[in-house]
Amino acid sequence: MSFPWANQYQPQNGFMKWMDEKLPLPRLVYNAIGAGYPVPRNLNYMWNFGVLAGFCLVLQIVTGVVLAMHYASDASLAFGKIEHIMRDVNWGWLMRYAHANGASFFFLVIYLHIFRGFYYSSYKAPREMIWLLGVVIFLLMMATGFMGYVLPWGQMSFWAAQVITGLFEAIPLVGAPIKTWLLGGFAPDDATLNRFFSLHYLLPFVIVGVVILHVWALHIPGSSNPTGVEVKSESDTVPFHPYYTAKDGFGLGVFMILFTIMVFFLPNALGHPDNYIEANPLSTPAHIVPEWYFWPFYAILRAFTYDFLFVPAKLLGVIAMFGSILIWFILPWLDKSPVRSANYRPTYRMFFWILMVDMAVLFWCGGAPAQEPYVMISQIATAYYFMHFLVIVPFISRSEKTAPLPKSITDAVLGQAGATAKGARA
Amino acid sequence: MIRYISLFLGLAFTAAVLWAFGNGAFVAATQGLGEKTADGVFHAHPHAPEGGFSFEGPVGRFDRQQLQRGYQVYKEVCSACHSLKFVAFRDLAQLGYNEAEIKAEAASWQVPGIDPNTGEATTRAGLPTDHFPSPFPNAVAAAAANNNAVPPDLSLMTKARHEGPAYVYSLISGYGAPDPALRAEFPEFETPTGLYFNKYFATLNLAMAPPLTATGQVSFADGTEATIPQMAADVAAFLAWTAEPTLEQRKQTGVWFLGFMIFVTLLAFLSKKQVWSALHTGRKD
Repeated sequence: MSFPWANQYQPQNGFMKWMDEKLPLPRLVYNAIGAGYPVPRNLNYMWNFGVLAGFCLVLQIVTGVVLAMHYASDASLAFGKIEHIMRDVNWGWLMRYAHANGASFFFLVIYLHIFRGFYYSSYKAPREMIWLLGVVIFLLMMATGFMGYVLPWGQMSFWAAQVITGLFEAIPLVGAPIKTWLLGGFAPDDATLNRFFSLHYLLPFVIVGVVILHVWALHIPGSSNPTGVEVKSESDTVPFHPYYTAKDGFGLGVFMILFTIMVFFLPNALGHPDNYIEANPLSTPAHIVPEWYFWPFYAILRAFTYDFLFVPAKLLGVIAMFGSILIWFILPWLDKSPVRSANYRPTYRMFFWILMVDMAVLFWCGGAPAQEPYVMISQIATAYYFMHFLVIVPFISRSEKTAPLPKSITDAVLGQAGATAKGARA
Repeated sequence: MIRYISLFLGLAFTAAVLWAFGNGAFVAATQGLGEKTADGVFHAHPHAPEGGFSFEGPVGRFDRQQLQRGYQVYKEVCSACHSLKFVAFRDLAQLGYNEAEIKAEAASWQVPGIDPNTGEATTRAGLPTDHFPSPFPNAVAAAAANNNAVPPDLSLMTKARHEGPAYVYSLISGYGAPDPALRAEFPEFETPTGLYFNKYFATLNLAMAPPLTATGQVSFADGTEATIPQMAADVAAFLAWTAEPTLEQRKQTGVWFLGFMIFVTLLAFLSKKQVWSALHTGRKD
């Protein structure tokens, strides 16, 4: 579906006409990310991260396929194969550093994409399905990222596999058999490494599939925008191409500059030195930490240190960690405010920024050793996290006073009558 | 309805985590937040040699002379106990040795081989394609010969520790008794027999005896005076190279690629401005 004023695809020559009759692929692209897709004219740079996430996914698949050509998922070979890639494969170091840092940048981009959604309430009707598919993509990414981290078979790889599969042990009665089933044994070994490699290669293509659904669902109502006011007329929109291809092109350039700095000059800054020590089941590292992008959730897992009402602490931690993401699924139905953008919701805006600080605190605690005062700080931060989504958001969406909305996107941009100062800036 | 379910869930999670907080706070209030330990007080942060390493920074490069000296320290001191399994003799070309020198160097090492007549395990002179041999046939033999501590492979050592090159430099030149003032605070602290105190080591006592003991322990081919800090810095630089032989290629490529990306981004910025200029002035075409 599209707006009635959308540009129509016109095949330019005989071949394209022939193609359009047999397989209208150019038409599909034209309507998806070309001049045939009308987009609100007021999108700010926070709307760049969807395209950037797509770029990261392609980058990870391309570098990953090359790396897989030189890798062996055998516990006795894997670590040496990584060094083979780093030393003996032509440009292998570039492929590996781009893949490892690419995962970090993928998560960074996705977090900004999700936080954009929180701020502008992009999850609200009619865009609930886009949001739900987005959360599914995020969960798939977490699984893929975790299994990819195991493949180099360093100390952190091995102990991450041990700790994360150990979480399933917390499930009453069936926990231990589930852990054994996941690992293919009683401890991480060949069977674990092989299945993780297989799934690590499979899941990115599952992500591609869900991304296609995500973009398809996006094109039904069209993109949201910083005012949260829906598109009303042709003057509210511009064609995706050339306006947003140009804007996304510039955003991609900035992204590539930062990515280049990390890959070529600080390639191991986001990793952990222990992963350059080969996996050793007999030697436990002093501090087992996951990759930085899991730190906030790792802090939530470790915040539950005492049994509560006969529920073991470990089980509580596991439920809370998974729950902290699963609650995003019901967010569209918890936030009932008719106003979308936080620009017009002063109370919600304040709580949004408190949540950002709260997640920064969780991030910091998740990377710190499991000792005081980090544990107590993470407990307060965890309490706020759940209060925010499950108590504060549902209840302020009822009671808060919102600022007046601009009449239309055009009014907001051009500052005509009815536009508030806030809207004009948006 | 969903709002009341979420309220209940939210309060349940909050109650559970605050219950843990209360218990933890009670323990902290009654027992304190943990005492000072010898580990925390004696431990020292590693530091690079004066002037730093030549390969640091965005355009830093290895000093070939230093790598050759560091290789000499590895060969004459470290290799008695530590292997270098990810490095091949052919890689020494990067240190500035020519093909004949590498052949001769490889031949001066004995590597595991098979007797062509009997098929029995034996040793033979190394070839440029061989990797550096391990001084011990296996980990059990290594442990047996070293008071039950297996000397780790050094290929990746500087990447496997925080601030690796500075750590290696500080560790091997930083043996010595703890500061007497601090020592008085922890009279019960003792270094067990067979271990050696080193304030840069994570657990303070390590099994490796001080490897560098005297000036002139190695006679450098280039005439540099072999003081302990000099040998330590040289071997740390050499191990930085073994950990990442592609470091120079990476940084050189990076400078060009970064310049290219900045140029392309500038073009992208200008074309974005051009495309959007009509809209920003309010003249929608």
